[in-house]
Amino acid sequence: MTDKEIAEFLKNYNGPDVSLMEICGSHTAAIVKSGIRSFLSPHIRMVSGPGCPVCVTVTSYIDRLITLSEEPDNVICSFGDLLRVPGSRGTLEEAKACGDDIRMLYSPLDMLEQAAKDSLHNFIFAAVGFETTAPVYAALLENARKLGISNIKLLTSLKTMPEVVKRIGRRMDGYLLPGHVCTVTGFGLYEPIAADIGTPMVAAGFDAENILQAVFALVKLKGKGVVKNFYPSAVTAEGNKKALKAMDRFFEAGDASWRGLGMLGNSGLYLRRDFSDFDAGSRDLTEDRENAGCHCSKVITGQEKSTDCPLFGSTCTPSAPKGACMVSREGACFNEFINR
Amino acid sequence: MCVALPGRVIALKDRKATVDFSGNLVEADAGLVDINIDDRVLVHAGCIIQKLTEEDADFMTEFADYIRELEA
Amino acid sequence: MNNITLSHGSGGDATSKLIEEVFRNEFHNEYLDRMEDSSVVPGGKRLALTTDSFVVQPLFYDGGDIGRLSVCGTVNDLLMSGAEPRYLTAGFVLEEGLDTGLLKRLVHSMAETANEAGVRIVAGDTKVIEHKGGKDDNPGLIINTAGVGFLDEKVNVGASLIKEGDAVILSGNIGDHHAAIMKERLSIRNEKIKSDNAPLNEMVGRLFENGIEVHAMRDVTRGGLGTVLNEFSKESGRDIFIIEEKLPVSDAVRDFSALLGLDILYMGNEGKMVCTVAARDKDKAVDIIQKSRYGEGAVIIGYAESPATAGEGKLILKTGIGGERIVGPLYGEGLPRIC
Repeated sequence: MTDKEIAEFLKNYNGPDVSLMEICGSHTAAIVKSGIRSFLSPHIRMVSGPGCPVCVTVTSYIDRLITLSEEPDNVICSFGDLLRVPGSRGTLEEAKACGDDIRMLYSPLDMLEQAAKDSLHNFIFAAVGFETTAPVYAALLENARKLGISNIKLLTSLKTMPEVVKRIGRRMDGYLLPGHVCTVTGFGLYEPIAADIGTPMVAAGFDAENILQAVFALVKLKGKGVVKNFYPSAVTAEGNKKALKAMDRFFEAGDASWRGLGMLGNSGLYLRRDFSDFDAGSRDLTEDRENAGCHCSKVITGQEKSTDCPLFGSTCTPSAPKGACMVSREGACFNEFINR
Repeated sequence: MCVALPGRVIALKDRKATVDFSGNLVEADAGLVDINIDDRVLVHAGCIIQKLTEEDADFMTEFADYIRELEA
Repeated sequence: MNNITLSHGSGGDATSKLIEEVFRNEFHNEYLDRMEDSSVVPGGKRLALTTDSFVVQPLFYDGGDIGRLSVCGTVNDLLMSGAEPRYLTAGFVLEEGLDTGLLKRLVHSMAETANEAGVRIVAGDTKVIEHKGGKDDNPGLIINTAGVGFLDEKVNVGASLIKEGDAVILSGNIGDHHAAIMKERLSIRNEKIKSDNAPLNEMVGRLFENGIEVHAMRDVTRGGLGTVLNEFSKESGRDIFIIEEKLPVSDAVRDFSALLGLDILYMGNEGKMVCTVAARDKDKAVDIIQKSRYGEGAVIIGYAESPATAGEGKLILKTGIGGERIVGPLYGEGLPRIC
């Protein structure tokens, strides 16, 4: 089938209603950017999932980062998106404005050079992310050990996908699997989950055509517990074994607290005890104080639409976000808002 | 969640690779993959996370066959 | 005099020496040379006035520097109101310790750009402040320029004048300046990416000389095309449609923005304008801009229409795969996004 035929099919689809979740925030952003939602049949509902690390980070994590940034010996390094996420007492951006040393980096590995040059400070990376980014932190630590750089630490909020997919389970009729998470982990581990809940899953890349093909496949496969790989140039069944090994060397699985989902067994990654010197105190950051009235938790689990939230567009906007889903460029509410 | 972009390896030394994205040259860690110069790779946050296979998949044809089988 | 000290801002002898050595030769003209408290200049038409402060880091980047930028920025703002730029003022806030050689290079760059843009710098001021940066940071400077331009009685452009059927024309590739600055900050190497900072006198002048019915003009600076066209739609009450496939972006900048998760629609430029012209003039207008300096890449990127609900104009992007989406203004700073 040509891409045009697929688009036509999805425009004119008149079968039973289907709710499909794109787990990954980059898919949400790509779907919005390419205008896919504007022509999908009203019988196909795309739901933004919990695969935006910023959106599922609990407030106690942000609070801990700010506390760490207040110590004059510490330099906090972070990806851009995290800077504006509200904790229970403000954002990193505000802490930076008050003089805390908070630096935005493109890569965690850029911290090596900065830390090597400035041995008087501790360089702490705000290590959020999923299975795609966890190996990057492993690579950072491998390099730090090799180069003998000891003033590097991570404050981790690392999460893994399979348990959360199980948790949302049959509520969806199909899952667009996160392409770059699957690049690392492989799609094989989703096969038993798909079979168990009887729901199709498709691993997809990020260009609009690839996403449309995957959506088409999910509609066609409704009710079948199978996994298909539509991103074979980057994704295999078993993933990147070397990256998985590096991850396993430094990190172990543990329970993790997700915004909106609460504690989920076995859904997080923590530095192993052998490497606790690198840990800036990441365990036990479970408390989450969502702003009163914020429905982020229901939105990212597909129970509500952004527009169902009483704060959406009134007191919660991209300029003054109350919930993390409105902060992130990949957040469900942000994307809903900018396309109203 | 995970922005990653395909590029081509143009230099490689120990675990450091230089990757070319339409003329943008980025130093990337190559410690998580086995690669050679000229390989196409996927880079996420300054780190190569996978070597890309060049073969462009005909998964849609395969998939169409699969659907036909199911519907038959 | 190798470095700037606080005494260079004292107003005394050291200040005079700084003016003599650094500014006077570069900026010299009949009005400035009088060295009075203010310059008295000829003029009598409708005036356009604007001011802008320049704080860019790094001070030198591929394709330009803060000096060139400080002239282009103000000149282009004057041009966009339909004025002919004539006079600039230049205010300098220098951090103590600033290398005088570096200052001279920047002042020279300003003088060259002013010459190119046909404006005279007729008043100036210098202050020196303590170096506030950390010990790793080199002392920097801030430049403010204000400008005056003359407007013909007939000229009337503004976003509120956009009409149904207007063509939206962009004068060339977007994102170049933003990428040129970001690459220096993030150590991504790319020889192909250069700032587009340039004064746009020629293209604007020719549009008016040739009687093109220009309704609105803006230079596409901070906030990018998305923000500027949002202003167009809001102020005119019209829907502005732009076609994704028509947006001119170089491969280098496209991949650069993808690497950092930046949206090209919000990347800044310093030598690009977007204008709307009456439909019947559109091909002629594109031809004129293409034949003007810095306008080779001009294209029609969209059109204006009356919205479904009167007065509630939106910016709508028609995407490559046949979808549509509403494009809002830039929210927050254009930070690199990784996740």
